[in-house]
Amino acid sequence: MVMRNKFNLFYQGLEQAEQLDQIQDLIVGLRDQLEVDHAVYHWVSTDGEQYGFGTYPPVWAQHYVDRDYLRVDPVILGCFQRFHPVDWKNLDWSSKAARNFRKDAISHGVGNQGFSIPIRGPNGQFALFTVSHSCDDETWTKFTDAHQRELILVAHYLNQKALEIEKGRAPEPVRPLSPREVDTLTYLAMGYGRGQVAEMLSISEHTLRAYIESARFKLGAANTTHAVARALSEGLIVVGGAAREAEGHWPGKDDITAVSA
Amino acid sequence: MLRYIYGDELSNFPRLQDSMHRDRATQFRDRLKWDVSVDQNGWERDQYDDLNPLYVIWENERGQHGGSMRFLPTSGRTMVNEHFAHLTDTQISSPLIWECTRFCLAPDAGPRVAGALMLAGGELMRAFSLTHLLGVFDARMVRIYRMIGASPEVLGSTGEGRDQISVGLWAYRAEDRVKVLRRAGLSSTISEAWFNRSFGYTVRAKQAAA
Repeated sequence: MVMRNKFNLFYQGLEQAEQLDQIQDLIVGLRDQLEVDHAVYHWVSTDGEQYGFGTYPPVWAQHYVDRDYLRVDPVILGCFQRFHPVDWKNLDWSSKAARNFRKDAISHGVGNQGFSIPIRGPNGQFALFTVSHSCDDETWTKFTDAHQRELILVAHYLNQKALEIEKGRAPEPVRPLSPREVDTLTYLAMGYGRGQVAEMLSISEHTLRAYIESARFKLGAANTTHAVARALSEGLIVVGGAAREAEGHWPGKDDITAVSA
Repeated sequence: MLRYIYGDELSNFPRLQDSMHRDRATQFRDRLKWDVSVDQNGWERDQYDDLNPLYVIWENERGQHGGSMRFLPTSGRTMVNEHFAHLTDTQISSPLIWECTRFCLAPDAGPRVAGALMLAGGELMRAFSLTHLLGVFDARMVRIYRMIGASPEVLGSTGEGRDQISVGLWAYRAEDRVKVLRRAGLSSTISEAWFNRSFGYTVRAKQAAA
């Protein structure tokens, strides 16, 4: 599917990124793939310090800081302490300050449409991922409807990476997978279909999907295949020789042993 | 009517806030005998109420709490992961999966209130492209969910009989909406109007990514 490939490139690049300028390039690439005017990541710390990257014109970013728009921007005010994605149309633009801010933003090329995803990081950290564009309402609704789910994931993966880089730490160890997630990815790595895996774990396919979704998020993966590959390369799951020699039994284990014997 | 209210806005609805926390004390401390804390106002509150969760509250004709539940994204701190992980053998973590806790019904709540709350859970999934809700609930709720026709898949339980506490998952399925609307005795239009009033726009089905 074309749409997913758009994000795959971004995810793979992000996984390897170690510096801010690499993330900057990735966001520019993502913006181009999405065919919108802008994509921006914006971190606001509790003491009002700002940090971000993206495609807004540098003049606008500087202007935003100089004018102290953080206090006026309905996107910040409307997303702070929230966790649902917000279409800018649904924010409160009724004050004079907000209307003037909007006019100023549009004149700097931000666009008349926007969609922002609030992110709640650890210890009260707050960040936003935004895409903005110039188009009519109908076109924008179509775009956000089609991309909302992936944009939410992009937002959170970006934030994870920003936290790593900002703190100047070695990349955080991959979040531990739970036993259920390990089972799920292991069976998928062994080539079982989702229906079979669900049956082996005695759960519905709907619930299996939750385990896959959760594992995918912990691994920062673009999709299930990528999650399996990443779990294998991180040594979080083991298949093949080691799995055959492992104690315990699961359906199909003997078949694998037989095939490779 | 249904209201979707973040924690930091709850004090704008003092009657609802007060009656919700009191009804929670009645349900969780008095009836279920859970080890919960109730403050000097008679409010049941816990540490997750301090994380600015999203509440969905059924407001009855007297302007008081008829039923409610509390949502937090599992990408952050959640009650399920911090207190019930041993039941599920897993730590679910995704911005596309929200946990739903403190499902509470007022003592005089009619049968439709639970249905309306379930409907609201579905509206949240539909509007924000969630894949699942992850819930903690008591034994009585298992029957209520079944009655509504929206049973979760139970991942694990502790305790016996009426003291049982379970963790379960609801997957988003577009086709459930009509059924839950019918059970709740509500029209699609009114549900969308309530959502719209809280979130400032009309809920639309988002295209689900594979």
